[in-house]
Amino acid sequence: MLIEAVYLKYNYDFRDYTGASQKRRVLAALRAMECETISALQARVMHDPAAFSQLLQFLTIPVTEMFRDPDYYLAIRRLVVPFLKTYPSLNVWVAGCSTGEEVFSLAIVLHEEGLLERTQMYATDINADSLEAARRGVMPLEKMRVYTENYQKAGGTRAFSDYYTAAYGGALFDRALIENVTFADHSLATDSVFAETHFISCRNVMIYFNRRLQNRVLGLFHDSLCHRGFLGLGSKESIDFSTYAQRFEPLAKRERIFRKVAS
Amino acid sequence: MTPGDDAMRATLRGRHFEAVVIGGSAGGVDALVALLPAIPAGFRLPVLCILHVPGGRESRLAELFDERLPVPVREAVDKEEIAPGTVYFAGSGYHLSVERDRTFSLSCEPPVHFARPAIDVLMESSADAYGPGLAAILLTGANHDGADGMAYIRARGGFTVVQDPGDAQVPTMPVSAINRCKPNLILPLARIHALLPMLEMNEP
Repeated sequence: MLIEAVYLKYNYDFRDYTGASQKRRVLAALRAMECETISALQARVMHDPAAFSQLLQFLTIPVTEMFRDPDYYLAIRRLVVPFLKTYPSLNVWVAGCSTGEEVFSLAIVLHEEGLLERTQMYATDINADSLEAARRGVMPLEKMRVYTENYQKAGGTRAFSDYYTAAYGGALFDRALIENVTFADHSLATDSVFAETHFISCRNVMIYFNRRLQNRVLGLFHDSLCHRGFLGLGSKESIDFSTYAQRFEPLAKRERIFRKVAS
Repeated sequence: MTPGDDAMRATLRGRHFEAVVIGGSAGGVDALVALLPAIPAGFRLPVLCILHVPGGRESRLAELFDERLPVPVREAVDKEEIAPGTVYFAGSGYHLSVERDRTFSLSCEPPVHFARPAIDVLMESSADAYGPGLAAILLTGANHDGADGMAYIRARGGFTVVQDPGDAQVPTMPVSAINRCKPNLILPLARIHALLPMLEMNEP
């Protein structure tokens, strides 16, 4: 099978990703890469790292937006920031950061709350192209209208346009926002914890994983978080089905913000 | 002319269903309000409903129908096992799929036919999970979502019912599906209402 071959040859582990969505993405790759069958795609990918890199863009899901679910960011401002302010320095991990929309959104919140300068942010993903896009910090200009609305609903206190420069159809975000961001290649499926963190945001990443991999990832987060650290998930994500359900308590139930339980 | 109860039973003969999927768009809420009360208490099959809801807004459909139906009604949750005799609604903002182990999964992939959740996504994944054991109903709507899904279900041996375009509030979606696949039945809503309880009657 393609996914097994990808793991053996390239050490990218998609074996515990859920099937239906992965199937759609492989079929989309088949069409885009003009292969007749999955075995033809597999043969091509095995012999051509450039083709693998192309396939990787389909296997990962670089779909995200700035301030998606504004209530989440509002809850961070109101409920998490007051705790974060008590720390002299902060480590924040954006796991599965994709093309950086969430990194910039969080950086803006931290900036407006006076926390950005003392924060070291780790933005990780398995997709090198996505990480590169995140580093560039250029978003499509046509999205700015929606992002501005989201930003305002998320409790934004400035003019959103203060944060970017419009040029050549793109919105180039202020470099100062990501001055303390380390973008790094990290796989939630195979890699281990690399820092003690105060807040982890991992939104709409674990929905692509089966329960086994979800448990692994929640274990990583639990190990990484400091005593009573915070974990933010996507608006429809739950930890109820995981073996870690008892190790986190909800801080904002609807907004999916959890807190590590003292053990 | 639309078939009577006996004719519909004859069409269903030899079939054994394990799940029902219902898709709708513009006019779909009214259609479901008319249709879903056909589900009797103790209905054996899970019913997976998907309606296009304007983006950003939380869907309250599960709450709305939970008060009106004699079976449990819930919004589908990621990784949840699909229970028999339960009506599920796809929530807003995420695609809903059925996995082969008959659990739900959500995803944030781009909209299909401008829709997320998309009917095609739920229907195609349900067809992979249930094969000939799937019955699908496509209702009123103003776009082309569901046509590919219905064709795929048909190809996997599933049973397909499309609302009669003349009976639909907005006929685009039924017409598109009828052109794309040859559904097993094209029925006005009142007849789909009569059909729905029949879907659980045939034993293997």
